[in-house]
Amino acid sequence: MAYLQSMATRASTFSGKKGRLPYLLLAPGLFWLFTFFVLPIINLAGTSTQTPVVGGDTGQYVQTFRFANYVDAFNASREQFARSFIYATLATLLALAIAYPLAYAIAFRSGKYKNLLLVLVIAPFFTSFLLRTVAWKQILGESGFVVPALRALHIIGANATLTASALAVVTGMTYNFLPFMTLPLYASLERIDPRTLEASNDLYANAFTTFRKVTFPLSMPGVVAGTLLTFIPAAGDYVNAAILGNPNTTMLGNVIDSRFFRIVDYPTAAALSFMLMASILVLVTLYIRKSGTDELV
Amino acid sequence: MSQAPIPTLPFGRRVSRWFGRNLIRIYAVFGFTYLFIPVIYTFGFSFNDAGKSNLTWRGFTLNNWKNPCGAPDVCSALGNSIKIGLLATVTATILGTLIAFALGRHRFRGRSATNLLIFLPMATPEVVLGASLLAMFLAFRINPGFWPTVIAHVMFCISFVVVTVKARIASLDPRLEQAAMDLYANERETFRRVTLPLVMPGIAGAALLAFSLSFDDFIITNFNSGTLVTFPKFVYVSAARGIPAQANVIGSSMFFLALIIVIAGQLVNRKKVR
Repeated sequence: MAYLQSMATRASTFSGKKGRLPYLLLAPGLFWLFTFFVLPIINLAGTSTQTPVVGGDTGQYVQTFRFANYVDAFNASREQFARSFIYATLATLLALAIAYPLAYAIAFRSGKYKNLLLVLVIAPFFTSFLLRTVAWKQILGESGFVVPALRALHIIGANATLTASALAVVTGMTYNFLPFMTLPLYASLERIDPRTLEASNDLYANAFTTFRKVTFPLSMPGVVAGTLLTFIPAAGDYVNAAILGNPNTTMLGNVIDSRFFRIVDYPTAAALSFMLMASILVLVTLYIRKSGTDELV
Repeated sequence: MSQAPIPTLPFGRRVSRWFGRNLIRIYAVFGFTYLFIPVIYTFGFSFNDAGKSNLTWRGFTLNNWKNPCGAPDVCSALGNSIKIGLLATVTATILGTLIAFALGRHRFRGRSATNLLIFLPMATPEVVLGASLLAMFLAFRINPGFWPTVIAHVMFCISFVVVTVKARIASLDPRLEQAAMDLYANERETFRRVTLPLVMPGIAGAALLAFSLSFDDFIITNFNSGTLVTFPKFVYVSAARGIPAQANVIGSSMFFLALIIVIAGQLVNRKKVR
């Protein structure tokens, strides 16, 4: 009752202010987003159907509404398309497998060290993303200590390497996007009332059943948010593929980057960007529908 | 948790119980080790007497720490990153906080459209954000460089600021503001002396997040910065021939600096709560 009353007072105190104020608050920020996010995307849609000027210089294009650009672009980089989504999915699942127990331990088993551990989860990410990726390259590379050790133990062959492989790219992405997974998971696990777990225990559920029927379903919002926050940047990433991969592990991001800068083929880069964005949005929408959470927005 | 009389349990149950209690801790230790390996590596190799290429260990030296600007271009890249980061952080924090207050404290038409506009930049891959913005700059004959990079950083930081500050506003106890009103504070005073101080930690957190996003960004920066070199760009470009140890010094310093800021912030908060 007190809660309802406070809500009512709150509504009358704050939501009564209808007028112009909210629009004044929104205007500058939304103007920025409209000018530097929405307009460029619309412009990009225009670029994606252009064709080269006949007899013009490289980089000169004219609007001809050639939608076949999309088909050509897709056919030319089918493999990278597939790789982007496969690598991103693998990295997301790996990150979930690593981050869930970590977030669980911090939320339920860390006692008074909770805040400290939380800081420690984020702390590695204050060292530059690129420095850490290059560090992995050197740790797993020929001059690092891991490869000689594994060779000496005959776990890998004498000529086998760990870098410049799909495995290195996926593990690099897993590592780099781990905090995006851990933090939402922690936030939703932390909110679980420990009494619900005790109740499950009292009703003779063992630890595994409690986890499967109580803890995990209650942490679903965190799982959804974490997987999205990991999958989206991973699908568009090309830094890991560029540093840790080889020419056979390139992703869509690498193609867009090289079409833009090296080949100056703006229409193809634009068409690929659009397809990447559209497929991510479709996947995200389906995923949110299926898992039934709207808490993200 | 109620303590069951453990000795009466069968051995299998006892083992599974021990695992249930400790497996997660063992796992967490492994998890943290994994997280910190590259950080420790970076820190360790900042003491390497490596010359230009910091690929193999050649002996311990403090010279890199004494002279962090020793390698060519490291410090100018760092300076660019800091300048861009500060400008982008201040702008994005102001714009984002205003939006967060509008969303958290007002009802208005176009609310869900606003939410969508905030969400979309976070759901768009960086390579698309970077490429589309550069294409537009080029279409308007604006050369990529310092200001286009600042504009781009503000754009992708706004959403994260809005989300962070909005969460803080939503978690406020409305009774505190009512109490202020009951004590005859008018709306403006209530906002200035109650609401704003309560939201401040959220705004500070958002600013810290915005700065670290901006400072660490490579993909969008690479598209919009032209010939300007930022710290991540410097690392990327020099990665092929080995990064100078001075870059490790800067990376490690950023790590410790951020750690100090976060821990100090938590201590201040704890004091206030008491």
